[in-house]
Amino acid sequence: MTHGILRLTGVRRLRDLLHHCFKNTPAGGAALLLSLAPAQGGEIWVTNEKDDTISVISTDTLEVIQTYETGERPRGVTFSQDYSRLFIAASDSNAVQVMDPDTGKILNDLPSGEDPEQFVLHPDDVHLYIANEDDAITTVVDTISRKVVAQIDVGVEPEGMAVSPDGKIAITTSETTNMAHWIDTETQELFANSLVDSRPRHAEFVKDGTEMWVSSEIGGTLTIFDTATQAEKAKIGFEVQGVHPDRVQPVGFELTTGDTHAFVALGPSNHVAVVNAETYEVEDYILVGRRVWHMAFNGDRSQLFTTNGVSGDVTVIDVASRKPIKSIKVGRFPWGAAYRPTP
Amino acid sequence: MSPYLTSLQAIVTREALRFIHQRERFIAALVRPLVWLLVFAAGFRAALGLSIIPPYQTYITYETYIVPGLCGMIMLFNGMQSSLSLVYDREMGSMKLLLTSPLPRWWLLFCKLAGSTAISILQVYAFLAIAAAFGITMPALGYLTVLPALMVAGVMLGALGLLLSSFIKQLENFAGVMNFVIFPMFFLSSALYPLWKMAESSELLHDICAVNPFTHAVELIRFALYADFNAMALLWTVLAGAVFTAAALWGYNPARTGLAKRG
Repeated sequence: MTHGILRLTGVRRLRDLLHHCFKNTPAGGAALLLSLAPAQGGEIWVTNEKDDTISVISTDTLEVIQTYETGERPRGVTFSQDYSRLFIAASDSNAVQVMDPDTGKILNDLPSGEDPEQFVLHPDDVHLYIANEDDAITTVVDTISRKVVAQIDVGVEPEGMAVSPDGKIAITTSETTNMAHWIDTETQELFANSLVDSRPRHAEFVKDGTEMWVSSEIGGTLTIFDTATQAEKAKIGFEVQGVHPDRVQPVGFELTTGDTHAFVALGPSNHVAVVNAETYEVEDYILVGRRVWHMAFNGDRSQLFTTNGVSGDVTVIDVASRKPIKSIKVGRFPWGAAYRPTP
Repeated sequence: MSPYLTSLQAIVTREALRFIHQRERFIAALVRPLVWLLVFAAGFRAALGLSIIPPYQTYITYETYIVPGLCGMIMLFNGMQSSLSLVYDREMGSMKLLLTSPLPRWWLLFCKLAGSTAISILQVYAFLAIAAAFGITMPALGYLTVLPALMVAGVMLGALGLLLSSFIKQLENFAGVMNFVIFPMFFLSSALYPLWKMAESSELLHDICAVNPFTHAVELIRFALYADFNAMALLWTVLAGAVFTAAALWGYNPARTGLAKRG
């Protein structure tokens, strides 16, 4: 960071100076900052569930710069490790589509099984673990040979997917069974099941894979498990001032650099919670658009982009100040989000 | 020192001293908008609806929305308070003393306006500081860029106060000002609700709000608080300020008031 600053041009110096001066500023300061040189090139790709499209947002200008057609009802979205392929769960097309992000062309479909919703790419950059909501299975697909490697029976309505950083464990959460299923990726078999609160939607391994977090939409909680023992370690509840508890529905979440804080989308409460990942206490709530589901960070994790389904926009949050700085109109019912650096 | 500057200094100092010695007035000036902000706005937190309007670039809470309106409210009340003090001065005879000065009347009234505007700007900054302490913050740059907007709005509302004071002969009549000037101006503006929200309930109300100079003063402050600029709001506020000032000068014309003859 220090040696990087020494190389800054005059404009970037001014921009950084202004950023430090006005990092607590929402709209006006942001507009000023954004009119100056870009911080780092990047794009946020957002699936629009009702439009069957994907919107591309520039992290520099915070504007939609491209919209591509996809299969029906695109939801989960992720890039390959070299960002040369984009995987899109086209739920109503019953396919995971592979897109060339440089051209927006669909290269091919992967045999995903019925109604794919979320998936996660294994650290080997080859195997995709896909939750098939209607079939109560998790499908493992080889993205190179485009063949199904395994289908694992899990609970009813699987959705959340995660893989540990060492690639040894995959997680599927099932919305109706209310469980997190632990999958051994060597044998492709379940080796443990953990009960969580009602309607688990999203899972992530954090702190180098020593913890596994699961959000429960109806339960309104975030459950933290110790990966080694699969034992519950902590549970986090949420309370948004002026919002009925039924509307506080945690879904997607992401962790900041160093896994110090988690940003948790709270669905129809229209807020994102900031959780201290050490103490498991909620420190802040940030107002965003309506029915916030998922999110993605930009390259240096200084900005967070949340997908707000009902209001059809993406809210950009300044991570340092925890302030929303802009909401960007995208397509109807934005769902998933993924980042790639500008090619 | 030029007699002009001496009179400016004397009148502004008198206004400042009067304000400093009336701590209750300062507290009351802050309590009123704070009650609106922390009690009224809290209850209506979710009532605004969801629509992003300039200068905002994302969703805001109702508390954030009404801050510029409450800044305007402080200036509106202060302008009226200033006019009340002029009526008092007239009844006590100090007005006669002031207006018999050899300096032009417009200058004396300008000094009075400058004094009351400066006081109301101080009150607004005190209010913004308390709001920030409660977590309702504006962009850092906005606290600076709002200053010229507050000056323009303060002069316009102060001029309105001057105009009213030229027509109100007795303190007792001042209660009517509350009912027929302050409340309609405040409620029929964008201070509490955006104009699009007004249009949803009544086009007529929306149109009344749109021509209310207080709406434009509030919008000028709102945009300035976000380091943004609303040219139309500035134009309307300046225009209204010029009309009120001209009318106040006419109102204080010696030929009309008869003060010169009696003095």
